Amino acid sequence: MQEISSSFAIAFSLIGALDADLMEIVGLSIRVSLFAVGLSLLIGLPAGAAIAIGRFPGRFGLIVISNSLMGMPPVVIGLLVYLGLSRTGPFGVLGLLYTPTAMVIAQTFLITPIVIALARQTIEELNSEYAEYFASIAISLRYRVMTLLWEGRYGLMTVCLAGFGRAISEVGAVMIVGGNIDHLTRVMTTAIALETSKGDLELAMALGIILMLLALMVNLLLALIRPTESFGKKNAAATY
Amino acid sequence: MYQRILQVKLYRNKRNSLLYGVLLAAVLLSCIPLGVNAGGDALVVQSTTSTANSGFYDHILPLFEKAHGIKVNVVAVGTGQAIRNAIRGDGDVLLVHAESDEKQFVQAGWGLKRFDLMFNDFLLVGPAADPAALSEAQSVSDALTRISGDEVLFASRGDDSGTHKKELALWSAAGIDPSGASGGWYRETGSGMGATLNIAVGMNAYCLTDRATWISFANKRGLTVLYEDDPPLFNQYGIILVNPKKHSHVNAQAGQTFIDWMIGEAGQNAIASFRRAGQQLFFPNASP
Repeated sequence: MQEISSSFAIAFSLIGALDADLMEIVGLSIRVSLFAVGLSLLIGLPAGAAIAIGRFPGRFGLIVISNSLMGMPPVVIGLLVYLGLSRTGPFGVLGLLYTPTAMVIAQTFLITPIVIALARQTIEELNSEYAEYFASIAISLRYRVMTLLWEGRYGLMTVCLAGFGRAISEVGAVMIVGGNIDHLTRVMTTAIALETSKGDLELAMALGIILMLLALMVNLLLALIRPTESFGKKNAAATY
Repeated sequence: MYQRILQVKLYRNKRNSLLYGVLLAAVLLSCIPLGVNAGGDALVVQSTTSTANSGFYDHILPLFEKAHGIKVNVVAVGTGQAIRNAIRGDGDVLLVHAESDEKQFVQAGWGLKRFDLMFNDFLLVGPAADPAALSEAQSVSDALTRISGDEVLFASRGDDSGTHKKELALWSAAGIDPSGASGGWYRETGSGMGATLNIAVGMNAYCLTDRATWISFANKRGLTVLYEDDPPLFNQYGIILVNPKKHSHVNAQAGQTFIDWMIGEAGQNAIASFRRAGQQLFFPNASP
């Protein structure tokens, strides 16, 4: 267990020294995952809302499919994206393999189903809660969706967090499509895998600690935005 | 109506606008150039975990980049996967260690010409208590016969890498087929060299490793070298340019520059000067 305490020491000395390599790796991790979260929100929120509110044939099938895609192993997504972006694959001419862009694409595929499934659930619940209200004011569908998205923003923030958490913590997909290339596609998780295979378990663990601190900071930021449970309830009661 | 609701909500959460601002800024910042140094003229080298895990490229690449100003991106996978990636066109240069597969790669037209680059050797490592008495073995075949005879745990790469191919060749030369014991005393990890050594450490198993990874491996614990210095354990690395006639996008000029440098005086000296724990890990042997 003494490795863990020395890992903490290494982690804090790396952070304290603002180690250039570390900053580069952390920066790329955050940028790739945030970009992927942004893209998957653009796709997933409208799709989730459509499935939540709409009544169309195939809706049930879409729900089941998006729910099961949440369990897709990152390494399979990585493989699919690799085959697509490989030079002999259908998108090979773009030359995107082993670039951060390829990593964003893989992570977007990975978390879009999560965003769709969770957003659908959040919006569906709100929609039935507000059903009478919407009926009473005969609101148009567009405003209805916008109202639901706005009212459900705290729930949807959890959706973002779930997506971001999944993206920044996965290693299987980015390892295959990024290649873990130093100063180009190396992120926190692939660096941890590399240091582990070098047998430098303490440095690997230190990087893991830094990754966890990062997650803590992101969650803290969002927790500050989100009103407390009692505040939220009072709010709702006062308005309706 | 909707706008009224919006206003009310916004007003109530005004104090949060600063935090929203911070979040928005973070998201926008993240969208700034991701693909700036993507690809371009950089060279992609498909290589092995044994070279990458030992820190070889951290020593070599800065020297080459300084001399020629060409950025080199190394993808470290097993030799088998590296060759398959190169066949798919996902690399410009192949630097691996499985001579017969490399020759086949060139013969099939995927590569231009194979050059010997450098060598080191393989070792059999295992628990210091040495239950199969490998330290008394007379030959590699004898050592492997002791392992299979006593059915002591052996961690195999099992990943079609150069080291795995070598291991299978050694078993075959000893007249032993360990595949029947897979999951029993013969454990195929399907992982890279370092990862397999970590597993061997955890299981107190015997393992075949290349010397470079072993010397730079930081988690040896109870594992120690038990059999070494035998001609069959020779480990030759080769370097090949992927055939630009097969894949027109191959960065042939930069690739050839890299190969010429590696097999030339500067590269060979750079290889010889790479040391870990005071020991030389790779021995240059390109023919002039």
